[in-house]
Amino acid sequence: MRHELTLRIGPATFRVGSAWRAPIDALARLYAAYPDQRGAIADFTVRLQPTSLARRWVRPSIFITGDHGLADAAPMSLAHGLLAAEMGMNLQMALGWRRHLLLHASSVEKDGRALVMTGESGSGKSTLAALLGERGWRLMGDEFALLDLDSGAILPFPRLVSLKNRAIDVVAGAVAADRMGPLLRATAKGDIRHMVPRADAVARMTEGAAPALLLFPRFGHQAEVRPVGQGEAFMRLTQASTNYVALGEPGFAALTRFVTGAPARAIDFPSGEAAFDMVDRLWDELA
Amino acid sequence: MSAALLVRALRDPASVAALDATGWNGLIAAARAERLIGTLAWRLDGGAVPAAAAPILDDARRDAEREARQALWEADRAAQALRGLDVRLLLLKGTAYVAAGLRAGQGRFIGDLDILVPRAAMPQVEEALMAAGWEWVKPDPYDDAYYRQWMHELPPMIHRTRDRMIDVHHTVLPLTARQTPDAEAMIADAVAITDGLYILSTEDRIVHSVAHMLADGDLQGGLRNLWDIYCLLPDADPRTLDARADRHGLLRHVSQARRLAAALYGDGERLTVWDRLVRARLLARDGWGRETRKLLVFAFYLRSHWLRMPPQMLVRHLWTKWRKGHRPQ
Repeated sequence: MRHELTLRIGPATFRVGSAWRAPIDALARLYAAYPDQRGAIADFTVRLQPTSLARRWVRPSIFITGDHGLADAAPMSLAHGLLAAEMGMNLQMALGWRRHLLLHASSVEKDGRALVMTGESGSGKSTLAALLGERGWRLMGDEFALLDLDSGAILPFPRLVSLKNRAIDVVAGAVAADRMGPLLRATAKGDIRHMVPRADAVARMTEGAAPALLLFPRFGHQAEVRPVGQGEAFMRLTQASTNYVALGEPGFAALTRFVTGAPARAIDFPSGEAAFDMVDRLWDELA
Repeated sequence: MSAALLVRALRDPASVAALDATGWNGLIAAARAERLIGTLAWRLDGGAVPAAAAPILDDARRDAEREARQALWEADRAAQALRGLDVRLLLLKGTAYVAAGLRAGQGRFIGDLDILVPRAAMPQVEEALMAAGWEWVKPDPYDDAYYRQWMHELPPMIHRTRDRMIDVHHTVLPLTARQTPDAEAMIADAVAITDGLYILSTEDRIVHSVAHMLADGDLQGGLRNLWDIYCLLPDADPRTLDARADRHGLLRHVSQARRLAAALYGDGERLTVWDRLVRARLLARDGWGRETRKLLVFAFYLRSHWLRMPPQMLVRHLWTKWRKGHRPQ
């Protein structure tokens, strides 16, 4: 393809090709601190291609695909090219990654132990992880946590943090301007802005941590903590995993080990401050 | 052209030693796009590959093993569903190759479960499958009626809880196609493998695969079909195969498949002009896994419809599909 870039995030290498220059330039700027992978054999190919011949030039429209793709993927405007590239990489992981159990969860690390947070989009897990990453924790990832099938460790996947709507201002106030990407207005998921993880999160992106606490956060509710049984945690994590079925027995064994080894709580919180207090308290009590 | 790289790697696994990173990226992208990555991984097993490529191939091998396991379980479930009927469960394509331990099944991608049953038994089979949890996928009444009136198979069904598709064939090609292979003869000569499962005879397996590749369809996935045929051919006696192909009206197609298989995956063969066009279509894939040669690909797409039905019917069909918003590619 005309423009390309090869990136490594955690254990995975992506070759991203684009019919346009802008998405690649945006990626190159925001991923500048990540290892240079030019000329590497990539685990996945991502393609940002015009939805039709004319759409390369006239009202450019991106079809996101690659080694793994969805035939009915919604086209995206070139103005959202950075988001398209991120979605393309996520799609490859979600559909093609087999080397770890992939959990749709954020994770942060302290003292060699990991806090894993999982929930629906909008639960606040991404924002919470981003903010904890600015408050003494190491950000391991805001979207995918990789559970190692042999060691039981959580491995990082510290791609750019994707902040949505109200979370944008909250986080932008806490980090330096050069770590923020462009504001992408009115995407299918609302306004989106990407944040570059701190240098230590990138430098230590192959370093795992033993899971010590599992949280199911929910933003926008009265503060409340509920215990979550191992069975419920297991079932909810199978739903939060895109490759649980594909991994077969090793996936079952790893997930069993995870939920029997780490305590789980559901937390509802009305604000970031309330969440920090709850996380600190639960971490001291349980982890 | 990276489909050519893929074909070379399958023909001569040692040839990958000469690839640089760009070559490997192209090879892997083409193999994934053609759904031959598992086959490639199996072919390259034990040989020297770069450290970064090894885990990709390991993943592909594991995926293929899982697919084979799932496919056999689906076959088992279908056999269970049809137990009360006086119908043999005759497996086709990938599941058949895996169940019988054929070389064509090694590393093969398997999507749906394909089975062949006598046309007269279709209503009972349909009923038994519905009772066992399969349900219709196509909600569109035109599509449903179209399948039932003109096609060689029932509309696809999907299992309610296992989310796996089954294609129930009652003959080889659409009823409107020019050739009319003898499905009853295929069923009569089927070979038992195990546990009440049957597969086509050595010759019929090849004829069936050739029919789908060259007398039907637009050659999407053609490299994989041709690999199947290449792997199946050595099992058959050439003269018996010719006689069988002739009986099914597909001798010309089988001869072409032989030439193409030898040219692409074997020791080479003289190709006709028409063979070369088919080969050009088969190799239309670039180093990013994208389809190339758009015009040629589109021509084969048109041809697939031309083969399927008489002109007047084709016009009516395309008009109906167009109005429903269907567009090629």
